[in-house]
Amino acid sequence: MPKSNGMNKIKGFMVSNIVPIVFIIVCMIGVAFSGSAPSIIMMDVISRFSRNAFLVISLIIPILTGLGLNFGIVLGAMAGQISLLIVCVAGMNGLSAVIAASALSVPLAVFLGWLTGKLLNNTKGSEMITSMILGFFASGVYQFLLLFVWGGIIPIDAPGIMLDSGIGVRSAVNLNNLKYAIDNIWKMDIFTAGIIFSLIFLIINAVKLLKRTDKTKVRTVVNIAVFAAIFVICFWASHADACKKMKALCQIPMVTFGLIALLCMFVPAFLKTKLGQDMRAVGQDMKVASVAGIDVDKTRIIATCISTVLASFGQIIFLQNLGNMSTYSAHENVGMFSAAALLIGGASVSKATVGQAIMGTILFHVLFNVSPMAGKNIFGSAELGEYFRVFIAYGIIAVTLALYAWKKTVQAREKNKVQ
Amino acid sequence: MNENTPVLSMQNIEKAYYGNKVLKGVSLEVMPGEIHAICGENGAGKSTLMNILFGMPVIHNTGGFSGTISMDGEQVSIKHPSDAMKLGIGMVHQEFMLIPGFSIAENIKLNREPRKNGLLSTIFGKKLQKLDEDKMKSDSRAALDKLGLDVDEDIPVAGLPVGYMQFIEIAREIDKENVKVLVFDEPTAVLTESEAASLLAAMKKLAAEGVGILFISHRLDEVIDAADKVTIMRDGTWITTLNKKDTTMEHIAELMVGRKIDLSQKEESAKIDTSKVALSIRNMKVAMPGEVVRGLDLDVYKGEILGLGGLAGQGKIGVANGLMGIYPTEGEIMVGDKKLTLNNPKASIEAKLSFVSEDRRGVGLIPDTSIEMNMVIPAIVNQNRFLKKFGFMSQYDADAIRKNAENYIKELDIRCTGPTQPVRRLSGGNQQKVCIARALLLQPDVLLISEPTRGIDVGAKSLVLDTVVKLNKEYGLTVIMTSSELAELRLICDRIAIVTGGKITDILKPDDSDAKFGMAMSGISGKDGE
Repeated sequence: MPKSNGMNKIKGFMVSNIVPIVFIIVCMIGVAFSGSAPSIIMMDVISRFSRNAFLVISLIIPILTGLGLNFGIVLGAMAGQISLLIVCVAGMNGLSAVIAASALSVPLAVFLGWLTGKLLNNTKGSEMITSMILGFFASGVYQFLLLFVWGGIIPIDAPGIMLDSGIGVRSAVNLNNLKYAIDNIWKMDIFTAGIIFSLIFLIINAVKLLKRTDKTKVRTVVNIAVFAAIFVICFWASHADACKKMKALCQIPMVTFGLIALLCMFVPAFLKTKLGQDMRAVGQDMKVASVAGIDVDKTRIIATCISTVLASFGQIIFLQNLGNMSTYSAHENVGMFSAAALLIGGASVSKATVGQAIMGTILFHVLFNVSPMAGKNIFGSAELGEYFRVFIAYGIIAVTLALYAWKKTVQAREKNKVQ
Repeated sequence: MNENTPVLSMQNIEKAYYGNKVLKGVSLEVMPGEIHAICGENGAGKSTLMNILFGMPVIHNTGGFSGTISMDGEQVSIKHPSDAMKLGIGMVHQEFMLIPGFSIAENIKLNREPRKNGLLSTIFGKKLQKLDEDKMKSDSRAALDKLGLDVDEDIPVAGLPVGYMQFIEIAREIDKENVKVLVFDEPTAVLTESEAASLLAAMKKLAAEGVGILFISHRLDEVIDAADKVTIMRDGTWITTLNKKDTTMEHIAELMVGRKIDLSQKEESAKIDTSKVALSIRNMKVAMPGEVVRGLDLDVYKGEILGLGGLAGQGKIGVANGLMGIYPTEGEIMVGDKKLTLNNPKASIEAKLSFVSEDRRGVGLIPDTSIEMNMVIPAIVNQNRFLKKFGFMSQYDADAIRKNAENYIKELDIRCTGPTQPVRRLSGGNQQKVCIARALLLQPDVLLISEPTRGIDVGAKSLVLDTVVKLNKEYGLTVIMTSSELAELRLICDRIAIVTGGKITDILKPDDSDAKFGMAMSGISGKDGE
C-alpha cells in the first residue's frame, strides 16, 4: 500500500465522515437563515442535549453487539415513566424522587430488557424491525396498564395524577414536584463549565499518556490538544465582552452533564472488559463466538438489558428537565429520534462510538431548533421547516439502512468473486 | 501413563438423525504424537464423527449418540464444545472461525482473554474485569513464533491472506495450555501448494511435541505425505485402519469409493458421436457461493448423457447454475454454433437450455400452486405459449394447459390426484417429475439436471433415472446430469467429468476403476503427462 499523503488522508476522512460533514453544513446554513441569536440557539441546544444524550448513548452497546438500532429502548422509556408515576403517587419530591424513580426503574427495565433480548434471540437477522414493532406492541400493554389496571384493579388515590373517575392515569401529568431536580443541583455558565470539564479531561488524558507508551499515544496527544484548545477558548470567552450575553444565558446543568460524561467514559471502558469483548465478538460473528464458547444468546440479552436500563435513566433525565409528562405519548418517538441523532453523528447500524453519539445529538438538535425559523425565512413558511426536520429524522434512518444493506451486498459479492 | 495408552479412543460410535443411521459403529484410536488421517467421501460420516468429538449442540439436540469416548484411557463425557476444550481437544475448522474486525491477538485469545481487575470489576464483579492487553499480545506472539509465522499480532485479521488465517487458527489451538488432540478438518482445502506444505510441516512439528492429530483430508497425496495411520470410512461404517507404509494412494482411493450398488451398466456403452458439439465451455468462472467454478473447460457432445461428479463444494453444482445465468458467470460458452449471452436466464432458455434445479423446493417449484401451472409457467413467461390473445391483452389458455398436464402426467407416470393438485402434496420423486416436465416443455436441446435424486426414496430414484435415460434415447436429448452420487452417474452416463477445485480433473468412462474415480475426486488427474 502506498503511503498516503496529507491530501489522501483528508479525502479519506471526508469520505468516512460524509454524513456528519453534510449535516454540519446544513446546520450552518440553517443557523445563518434562522436569524436567531447564537446565544439563544446555544441555550436551547444545551437543554435539549442534556435531555437526550443519555438516550442516544444507550443505543451504542446493542449496535456493537450486532443487534442494530435497538428501537426497544422505548420499553426502557416506559419503565422510566412508570417509575416516575409511582414515586409521584407516593408523594415524593425533588431529587429524592428522581433517585427513587431511577432505583425503581432498574429492576423493571432489566425485566423488560430480558424479555426483549429473549425475543430478539428468536428473530436473529431482523432485530431492528422486531424491536420497532415490539415498541408499538408494548405501547398497547402500557396503555392497558395505566388506563385500566391503575385504579381499575389496583386502587390508587392520587387526584392530580389519576383521572377524575379514579380509573386510569391522566394523559398529561404535571411533574413540577421534580422539575430540574438534577439540573438545578449545580449550574454554571457555559465557559466556566467548559474550563472545568476540559481540565478534568486534560488530567485524565495526561495520566493515560504517562501510563501507556504504545500506539494509542497519538490519540491521547490529539485528545490533549483538543481539550487544551477548548480550555483556552473558554478561558478567553469568559472574559470577552462579546460573549457576555452567551455567558449569562447559557447555563450548564453540571450534574446532568457530569452523568453524561461518566456514561461517555463508561462505554469505552466497558468495551475493554471481558463482557465487552464478548459483545464485540458476538456482534461481528455469532457463529465464531459460539464456537469459541461464548454464550451468544446470554450476551445479547445482557446487551439489551444494559441498553434498556440506560434508556430508562435517560427518560427520567429527559422528563425531569421537561417538568411534565404526556403519559401516553412521551415514549413514542424516543427510539426513532435517538436513532436519527446517532446516525447523523456518523454511526451506522453496525458501528457506533460515543463521539458520534455526542456529535449527532448536538447536530440533530441544532437542526431541530433552527429549521422552523429557517424554513420560514427561506420558504416563507414555518411549517415547511417543521416538515423538513421530521423528514430529516426519518430520511436519515432510511438512507442509513439502505446504505448499510447496499454495503452488505457489495461485500458479499466481493467475497464470492472468483479469483 | 503407559506409552501405549491412546490419547483419544472412540469406540463403537453410533449416531442416527431422525431414524436415519449416519454412523454405524465407528471406532478410532489416536496415540500421542500420531498423525491419524480420516478419509472418506462426502456423507461418509467424518463431520458427524468430529461433531460428536467436539460436543457440538447439533448432536445433542438430535438425541445424542451411543458408544464411548476415552482420553488417556479414562472415559469422558463431552456434552458441549466447552467440555471438549477443557479436556484438551482443539479443532482447526474448515471454514475460518476468526473475527475479521479483531486483531490477530484478539482472535487467538478469543474467549480465553487474560484479565486483570479494574474499577468496573470492583463495582460490578468479575464479568467486567479488564482485558490484559499486554499479556494477550505476548502470549499470541509466543504461539505465532512456535509456528514460525512472522506477522504483527496487532493488525486486524480482515484482509490477511487465507494461508495466514489458517495459521492463526492453529496458533489459537496451540495457545491452549493443555491441548492433547488437535483436529484438522480439511485444512488445506483453501491453501495454495506452498502454504499447504508449510502447514503440513507445522502439523508434523506439533505431532513431534506429543500432540495427537486427527487429519481429515481428501487430498490423498497429503495423507500419504503426513499421516502415520489412515482410517477409511464409507457410508457411516468403519472400513479399515491402515498403517501408511502398508498402503498406497490408489488403494485408499479404491476403498473410499467402493462399489455401492451392483452396476448393471448401460448395455451398449455406445460410441459417442464426437463430431457434433452441443455445448462448448471455455474458461468458465461462476461465483456461486460454496460451489465456485474457477476456469472450467468442457465439451458436451450431441446426444450423450454427460455426468458431472465430484465432492461437495468443489464446483460441480456451479456449472449448471452458471450456464443458466443464475449466478454471476464469466467465460466463453457456445451452444451449437451460437455464443451464449451470459448472466441472463432468459437468453439461456432461448438458446434451448433447460434446467432442473438441485434446489427443488426453493427454485424449482411453486409449492402451493397446481401441477399444471407449475409445468407451464416458464413456457408462458418465456415463450408466450398457452395464451389466448385478446387484442393487447392475453389470458391463460386453460384448456391447453389442462391437456398438456394430462399428457405429461401420463407420459412421466406422475402419481397424483389430478392436474390441479398442489405440488406440495406430491412425494419427492413425483415433484421431481413435475420439474422435468416443465423443463421439457421449453423444448430444450440440452437438459441440465442437477441432483435429480436428492431427497427421494430409493424406489423413486430409479424411476427418475429411467425417465432421464428414456428422454435421451427416444428424443435424442443431450443431458448434463450433476450428481453427488457417483453410483448413479456410473449407472446412466456415457461420460463422467469429475470437478475438483472448480475445474475438470478428469473425464472418465462409467466402467473405469474405483481407484481412478477416487483419485480424480481427490484432485489428481489420471491423464498422462500431468
